[in-house]
Amino acid sequence: MSKKTEETVFRVLMITATISIIAVLSLIIISVAVKAFPALSWDMISKTPKGGFYFGKEGGILNAITGSFYVATGATLFAFIIGAPVAFLINLHYIKQKAIINIIRFFLDIMWGVPSIVYGAFGFSIMIYFGLKTSLLAGIITVTLFIIPIMVRAMDEVLKEIPHNLLEASYSLGSTHSETALKIMFRQCVPGILTAILLSFGRAIGDAASVLFTCGFTDYIPHSLNDQVATLPLAIFFQLGSPVPEVQARAYASAFILTCIILIISLSARLLSKKYEKHKINF
Amino acid sequence: MHLNWMKLTVLFTCIIPILLLIGLLWKSSEILGHSSLQELLFSSNWRPLSKHFGFLPFILSSVYVTILAVLLATPVCILTAIELTQYAKPWLLRIMQPVIDILAGIPSVVYGVWGVLIVVPFVKNTLSPIFGFESSGYSLLAASLVLAVMIIPFILNILIEIIRIIPAELTEASLALGAGKWMTIKRVILKKALPGIISAVGLGISRAFGETMAVLMVAGNVVKIPQNIFDSSYPLPALIANNYGEMLSIPLYDSALMFAALILFFVVIVFNIFSRVLIVQTEKSTSYV
Repeated sequence: MSKKTEETVFRVLMITATISIIAVLSLIIISVAVKAFPALSWDMISKTPKGGFYFGKEGGILNAITGSFYVATGATLFAFIIGAPVAFLINLHYIKQKAIINIIRFFLDIMWGVPSIVYGAFGFSIMIYFGLKTSLLAGIITVTLFIIPIMVRAMDEVLKEIPHNLLEASYSLGSTHSETALKIMFRQCVPGILTAILLSFGRAIGDAASVLFTCGFTDYIPHSLNDQVATLPLAIFFQLGSPVPEVQARAYASAFILTCIILIISLSARLLSKKYEKHKINF
Repeated sequence: MHLNWMKLTVLFTCIIPILLLIGLLWKSSEILGHSSLQELLFSSNWRPLSKHFGFLPFILSSVYVTILAVLLATPVCILTAIELTQYAKPWLLRIMQPVIDILAGIPSVVYGVWGVLIVVPFVKNTLSPIFGFESSGYSLLAASLVLAVMIIPFILNILIEIIRIIPAELTEASLALGAGKWMTIKRVILKKALPGIISAVGLGISRAFGETMAVLMVAGNVVKIPQNIFDSSYPLPALIANNYGEMLSIPLYDSALMFAALILFFVVIVFNIFSRVLIVQTEKSTSYV
């Protein structure tokens, strides 16, 4: 085989591979959307399950949608409170101590690689140990552990890119580490930080394995942190397991709703970062 | 004042993985005291009610599913990564970036729904008759196909990054010596990226090994060692997720499931560390040209 034909063959393979990735994504979205369409209604997203919902009677999955938002919002908030200082410390205070940075990044990598089901199992055993029940709070704590590494890594990627001159200029004017972090780095990185937050939020809302053990499941919207809470991924999972066709159809509809939420999050991450890009100082 | 509080968060972050390990070890100590490690890992006698916990069917299922998924995903990723970094026009890149982002962002339960809708019937009605097997569709192959799609964006992102950091001087030198574009890709870029490709695959393995919901929904979940790719399988994460309900009602069962989580933790960490070390070394070796 001559070099030219070899290149041609591989070019065809490459283009096929690239197109097949696009095709698979379209297939996923279209197949879920087509199946979801008959069961989609306003009731789905505006009502909680009524009596007999799991036998095909009326109601919706508002409990799961709000539940997922509660869990994801709480977890993202906690993960930001814990994660942001870590990311700033790595890139500001410890910037000269490469050994410490490497150790922190190493631990983050480990945490990042741990499967969410392991966090779920761990969260569950902690719950049992402290005698807690499955609840919104237990779910938030577990998901927080799970998204901290995602949050820190995403922020770390952004903060790494900040030019040193900018920080040195800030120090030379007499500002402290914290002031530099809050007033210089933070502003410079707003788009990246927003993306990090949205990315973590998306992961938190979509993950099922970590909340499987810890959140419980309920038909009601939780009123306190100690209430059980339904989440959207679990609602999909449980409904799909039902033998009743109407309930299965609702599982597809719920999956479509979850996909839309994720698409909206990922789209707004792009738009927001474009919008705030203009405040950035370019060198 | 600020700083102390900030340092506390760092400490907290670094302590979590250690706590995870200690917690899992402590919870699985009960089962480790009851049966030998060898029996747990290499026996396929799984009867929780009579206190026989042989994890072999689950471990082998996990290994098979993961290997098949990575074998399916890797060639697609390498080909696409070369296309996107070397040949693609800007418009294709503009399409592919969000495509990869969205694929990476789709929750695993949605992949599971897609698997049940498309992949399982496809395996049942199309693939297994071709090879002359009877299959319900809920099988090792279905799980691997879904997993392969799930890890594609993950491996692809790393590969693109790895190929992008190869210094332009290297490829320019190759081109200047008269090598064609394809020759340069084959002899310079792929060669230079090889450790990176291996570590991307390693990270893909660790991601695939721990993936739970999608696998749980399409793997079939029958406790036996799968005989062929159309047979049903029961990977470790599916075992944990499937039995959380009854794990407190049978003695030793919760400890056994925590041991399963420990195996997952261990395998994933080993592959993760191995791949990270390789990536760091690749970055060092490429930046010194």
